[in-house]
Order: sequence, then structure tokens, then C-alpha cells
Amino acid sequence: MTNSIPMSERETVLQVKGLKKHFPVHRGVLSRVVGQVYAVDGVSFTIRQGETLCLVGESGCGKSTVAKTVMRLLEPTAGTIEVNGVDISDLSESKLRAHRRQMQIVFQDPYSSLNPRLSAGAIVSEPLTNFDLATGAALAERIAELFERVGLRPEAAAKYPHEFSGGQRQRLGIARALAVNPSLIVADEPVSALDVSVQAQVLNLLIDLQEDLGLAYLFVSHDLGVVEHIGHRIAVMYLGRIVETADNADLFGTPLHPYTEALLAAAPLPDPTIKRERLILQGDVPSPVRPPPGCHFHTRCPYAVDRCRSETPPLAEVAPDHWVACHLRPVGGPFGPLSRTI
Amino acid sequence: MAALSEAASTALATRRFDWIRRNPTIVIGALILGLLATLALIAPWIADDPLGFDPLERLRRPSAEFPFGTDEFGRDVYSRVVYGARISLAVGISVATIATAAGLFIGVLCGYFRKVDNVVMRVMDGLMAIPPILLAIALITLMKASLTIVIIAISIPEIPRVVRLVRSVVLQVRGLPYIEAAIASGTRTRTIMTRHILPNTLAPLIVQATYACASAILTEAGLSFLGAGTPPEIPSWGNVISLGRTYFQIAPWIIFFPGVMLAITVLAINLMGDGLRDTLDPRIARRM
Repeated sequence: MTNSIPMSERETVLQVKGLKKHFPVHRGVLSRVVGQVYAVDGVSFTIRQGETLCLVGESGCGKSTVAKTVMRLLEPTAGTIEVNGVDISDLSESKLRAHRRQMQIVFQDPYSSLNPRLSAGAIVSEPLTNFDLATGAALAERIAELFERVGLRPEAAAKYPHEFSGGQRQRLGIARALAVNPSLIVADEPVSALDVSVQAQVLNLLIDLQEDLGLAYLFVSHDLGVVEHIGHRIAVMYLGRIVETADNADLFGTPLHPYTEALLAAAPLPDPTIKRERLILQGDVPSPVRPPPGCHFHTRCPYAVDRCRSETPPLAEVAPDHWVACHLRPVGGPFGPLSRTI
Repeated sequence: MAALSEAASTALATRRFDWIRRNPTIVIGALILGLLATLALIAPWIADDPLGFDPLERLRRPSAEFPFGTDEFGRDVYSRVVYGARISLAVGISVATIATAAGLFIGVLCGYFRKVDNVVMRVMDGLMAIPPILLAIALITLMKASLTIVIIAISIPEIPRVVRLVRSVVLQVRGLPYIEAAIASGTRTRTIMTRHILPNTLAPLIVQATYACASAILTEAGLSFLGAGTPPEIPSWGNVISLGRTYFQIAPWIIFFPGVMLAITVLAINLMGDGLRDTLDPRIARRM
């Protein structure tokens, strides 16, 4: 229904500006704050109606923290989160409640995200009763509709979570998220706990729902295959910052940031005969408690120059709709291979 | 049709029998406790006046007339022991109820609101440091000795144990994604507590309540023995033992029978508690 309108003219559902989330590090008997974990350190992005923005990055880069902070399950340290034009970043919990209807979350673990003591029907009806959206027969009808919508039999409402398989449980989680007709769904690694065959089914369900309901997705994943399948736009995160963001085809076709290049090179290809030039990173991700100065990536970047060690590169639009935070990628190009410095 | 329902009822009976065989401790504990509770309830019909003096029948050995003998005032020890069961069970059940209810309330608050936690848990640590006997002696010295004061005095040091247990369960549960999911879907804090968190505390609480009950019965008897508990005119087991202590070399039956009853009661409650723990939640065996 929204498919006919070009992406750039659609309504903005989520706009995040300069989002930061720092966790204090306590130590000693008096729990003095001795430092900060810079989990998310200035992240900005926009998601429009019917659009999927994928956040990718290795574990510990802060992508799940972004998801939870956007949902206000964690309190942001700084920055604004606008959902349908309203900044929810410092609303009180009671005022926030009304806005929770517009954004819902699907969790990674389909086991611990469903209360084992409640029936499937009770789990899905909770958001509806919270906002007094339906009672009695209308509630039962809505639940049956939601179950069908996500590919579960309506009779399954009487069952308990342990009677479902992993994929079915994730469908339940999606039904719960859909119950209040949100405009944004934050999906925090929704398929990474599932079998590969089930992953595809759940991903296709998410894509179908998006086409029918015009949902916006913030999709967090570390699996590039999944991201390429579902993402319209991709944002690559490294150590709390977005280092590159571009359209799906652009990012996978011409990755400009050295980290993106390395990330794509690390993804396995299902064809053993293909030989390719691989950029393999040395060392580990630096500690987010003491992130390196300048570009966070310079400690592992094979192309790093002196400037990278002192000056933080801003996220700049180097090509149309292709944003990169790298000193070696000036606006307008050239975008050829970089030369190694180590 | 009849054959079918008969088969079903036999199956049900077999299942029940299996359950009993698998949980002998619960069944034995519950049977003994049930018997004791019945005795306590029907005391006026099966026993004489526990306070009735009869100087002619002083210090009689156990006989057909006085199954447990008589004490130095000629009071029937059997009657006193039967009536004493009322006191012990009342103290045990009251303390378990009060400590559990108060502990549950404080524990949930501490586990869910971390700011409350810091302050309240230090107070709880302080409470735990006070020996229950000492607290009871202090309270009874300050106020008039009565059963209510004894119950309150025993309940107070019992509360922190429940608080710690409930708090640990709440802390464990509140980090789970289904609590986050509830918050995200607009569930009010009150509903999150009652619907998602409290049910998880139920099994460990029941088990903790049985232990609180057993230790309360022992503490009450100890206090009465020291003369700092139940007022001496009420025939509690501790009082009976305390008064019999002076004569125990010539009339050991005065302290023997209430002592045995005390041991059996505490044993029965602990058997039931252990059995419940193993059945309800095998994991909490490690936590306690």
C-alpha cells in the first residue's frame, strides 16, 4: 500500500540524533564511579514508513544498546529519539506509556522473552488490555486475527510457551509486538537464535508484514546474509559509532569504510570455488571503557594514517546517500582501493 | 462407558499412589501434622482441664488414669501437652504467615527498586544480627508478656531471611526479556509485579514458610523454657518443660512427653518442607 511512494518522500517514523548511552563503571566499597563504558557514543539515523534500517556490527559494538535505548528500556545519556515527531528521550515513564503503543520490540531469545506461566493468548492480549484496546469477545477475535496474521493456528492461544517450537515462539513474539498496531518495530536479532530454515520463514513473515502494514523496522543483526535479505538501508557500527550507512545495494556493492570492507570479507560465501581478496583484521575490538582517540578503528585499520590517530572523522555524505566516517574517503571520491600502511 | 470411567478412575488412583510413593516425606510430614492439628482442635473433648490442680495426685507416674503422668501440682501432663499443641501450632503458623507476608512485600520492593534496596537491605542485615531470643526477652521486658508479643518477637528476625530469598528471585527475574517485553508493551509496574514477578516467588516462599514455622515453634519453646516467652499460666510445651525441669530426676515424664511432641512436630514440618522443596523447585535446594 505504501510501496508506490518513493522512500525519500515517506513520513519519518523514527529520527535519532546524537544518541549516547554510557554505563558508569563502579568500583570499591563506596561504589565510586571510576569510568564509563561508552556503549553508544553519538549515533544518528532516520527510519521512514515501510523502511528497514539494519544495524550491523560485531558483538559489543553497541547495536543492541541502541535498540534498547530507542525503546527506552535503557535511559539515554544524551541525544534525542523522535517517534512520529515526538521526542520521547526525556518523557517521564507515565507520559512515555502512551507513546509505547507506536513502537514495539521483538527480542532475540524466543525462550526467555515469553513468560512461561502465561498462555500464548494471555501473552498476546497483554498489550491490548494495557491500552484498553479490546475486551471480551472483541479481544478473543483480535487475538485469533493476530495468530493467523503471524502464521499460528488460533486454537494455539490456549497453549503455553513450552509447547511451541523456537520459530513458533518467535511468531508469538511478533504477534505480541503487532497487537497494538505500532508504526515502528525494533527487532533485536530476531532470528539469530533460530535454525537457518526457520530464520528464512520468520524473515519472510517480517517482510510480508512490512508490505501489508507499512511498518518501519529497526533491525539489529550481526548476520550479513540476513541483513542483505531484509534491509533497505544498512548502518555499520563499530565501538559505539556508526561508521558507514548506505542503501543495501550500495553498501554491499561498494563498501567504502575499511571496517565495512573487512566485515563483508569475513562473511562466508556458500560457494567454495570462489577465490577472493580478503581483508583480515588483526587483534580485538578495543575496550569501550577506554576507546582509542581519533577514529575508533585506527588500531586495527590496515590503511590508517597519522590523522586517523588524533582526529575523529565525521560521518559525511561522500556520495549521494552514502555516508562514511573515514578520513581516507573524501566527499566526491575517489572510491578505489585504499593503499595499506601496515 | 462404565468400564471406561472405571479404568479412568483406576488410572487416577494409580497416579495418586505413584505420587505418594515418589514423595514419601511430604506425605509422612503432612500426616503427622494433620494428626497434631486435629488433636489441637479437638483438645476440649479428648483432654481434661490442663490447669486443674489436684494436690492428692501429685507427681504420679504414667498410668491408665494419667497416660503421661502428673506434675507437682497434680495437673494431668497429657492434657497439658494436648493443649500445648495449640500454642505451638498457633505460634508456628502465625510467625510463618507474618514473616512471609512482610518479607514478600519488602523483598519485592527491594528487588525491583534498586534505590530502596540499598537502604532497606542494610536494615535487614542489622535485623539478622539480632538473636531472636535476645530480641524476645527485650520486647517482653518492655511490654507485658503475651502470646502476641512472643509471635511478633519471633517474626521480626525471621523477616530478613524471607526478604533475601524473595529479593534474589526478583533480581533474577526482572532482568529477563519477558519483563522488558512487558515494559515495552505498556504494562504498568503494579501489573508487572503481580503478574510476571510474584508467581516466581511462590514456590521458594512456601518452602521458606515451612522452615520459619519449624524454627518459630522451637524458639517459642526455648523462650518459654527460659521464662521469657508465653506467660506461665498458658500450658505451652516450653512452659511444661520449664516447670518440670526442677523435678526431672524424680518425675522425668513431665519433660519427656512435651519434649518428644516438640521433636516430632518440628521433624514433621521439616520433612514436609524438604519434600516440598524437592518437588516444587529442585533448583532452590542449592540457593537455601
